[in-house]
Amino acid sequence: MADEVVLLNFWCSPFCLRVRISLAEKGINYECKEEDLMGNKKSSLLLQVNPVHNKVPVLIHNGKPISESLNIVEYIDEVWSDTSPLLPSDPYQRAQARFWADYVDKKIDDSQSKLLLASKEEQEAARKSFLDILKLLEEQLGDKAYFGGDKFDFADIAFVPYYCFFKTYEILGNFKMVEECPKVVAWAKRCMEKESVSKSLPDPHKVYELFVEVRKKFGVQ
Amino acid sequence: MADEVTLLDFWPSPFGMRVRIALAEKGIKYEYKDEDLRNKSPLLLKMNPVHKKIPVLVHNGKPICESLIAVQYIDEVWSDRSPLLPSDPYQRAQARFWADFVDKKIYDAGRKVWTTKGEEQEAGKKEFLDALKLLEEQLGDKPYFGGDNIGYVDVSLVPFYSWFKAYETFGNINIEKECPKFIAWAKRCLQKESVSKSLPDQNKVFDFIVEMRKKFGLE
Repeated sequence: MADEVVLLNFWCSPFCLRVRISLAEKGINYECKEEDLMGNKKSSLLLQVNPVHNKVPVLIHNGKPISESLNIVEYIDEVWSDTSPLLPSDPYQRAQARFWADYVDKKIDDSQSKLLLASKEEQEAARKSFLDILKLLEEQLGDKAYFGGDKFDFADIAFVPYYCFFKTYEILGNFKMVEECPKVVAWAKRCMEKESVSKSLPDPHKVYELFVEVRKKFGVQ
Repeated sequence: MADEVTLLDFWPSPFGMRVRIALAEKGIKYEYKDEDLRNKSPLLLKMNPVHKKIPVLVHNGKPICESLIAVQYIDEVWSDRSPLLPSDPYQRAQARFWADFVDKKIYDAGRKVWTTKGEEQEAGKKEFLDALKLLEEQLGDKPYFGGDNIGYVDVSLVPFYSWFKAYETFGNINIEKECPKFIAWAKRCLQKESVSKSLPDQNKVFDFIVEMRKKFGLE
């Protein structure tokens, strides 16, 4: 029986991008349903399949929903376990991968949100906070090709979606990513050589245009 | 070679309790080290340089940080007994979802209940009770979230029960009245040695919170 896989999506949500990269890594065919989050019109399907948080992404596999992006990535890895592992097999390495993915969730998302919505007065503090966090990731990456070592996996998948926001951070925050964290930029470009990443991430210009609109909407100067 | 297992912890931490329960469920012998969080040990700072927080599980010298990550690690390494996560991928995803829900809702809302006043506290109380009610619904008629035996969600959630006297007193709420199924479930968990030996007495936690409130100038 063919698998029926549906993804409730928003085109530039880093959380949704994690899932799309994972599905692409595994070569899974799926239907992508775009939610109108800017128009504030969540579909009745979304509200039905994620009644607790009402958020994207939601993966619906043969009618059964799975929510929370990193949870979905682990699910995908467990179900389609015969190809392209997304997590290491060693329990300690898995714990490290989960730790860094969790770090991205706890630290990157919040601080980059603050930077994207910062007014002129708030910008300095928002940029500093964001760069401090990026520098920690830069240190963690070190001389490795990917966060886990030689292979692209879970922590990379958690973080690389933010690459399409780098241009926006640079313009709004008035800095150059390559000057502040050259290793992270090199790592991101290395990830973009993978089709699963390059075909999933949207055009950074479009992301910037979206945030110009979002800032107008929130009345941020 | 015998495993060397150490847990860097702080006795009232619900996050630490999760790891204690998991270790007890698996029958793992370990060294318990209680940290003074106002004076963190060099070992803690070395083992968790990123967050500098407890709990940290140290297994044969290698640290695992973040309570739910440590619980999953324990389940994967000592996989031959008392499984905490289901074997079916969909059920596993559900378990992870609800443990994440506990992380997102219970601690923060509970914290508002004992650290704030007025409108903020009322909002915290509502959030807290709504979250418990949703969890009650999720439990349904099962004895445990894990089914017939305690599992990942039970382990992630039951530690907060040790804080209930504090939440009830400072929030002026009667949790048993609002969520009787939840209390029944918590008491059922406490009948298990792995839980009863891992959770401190509610009165002890209450006294600790009284001290904390004084420090925060909340009295």
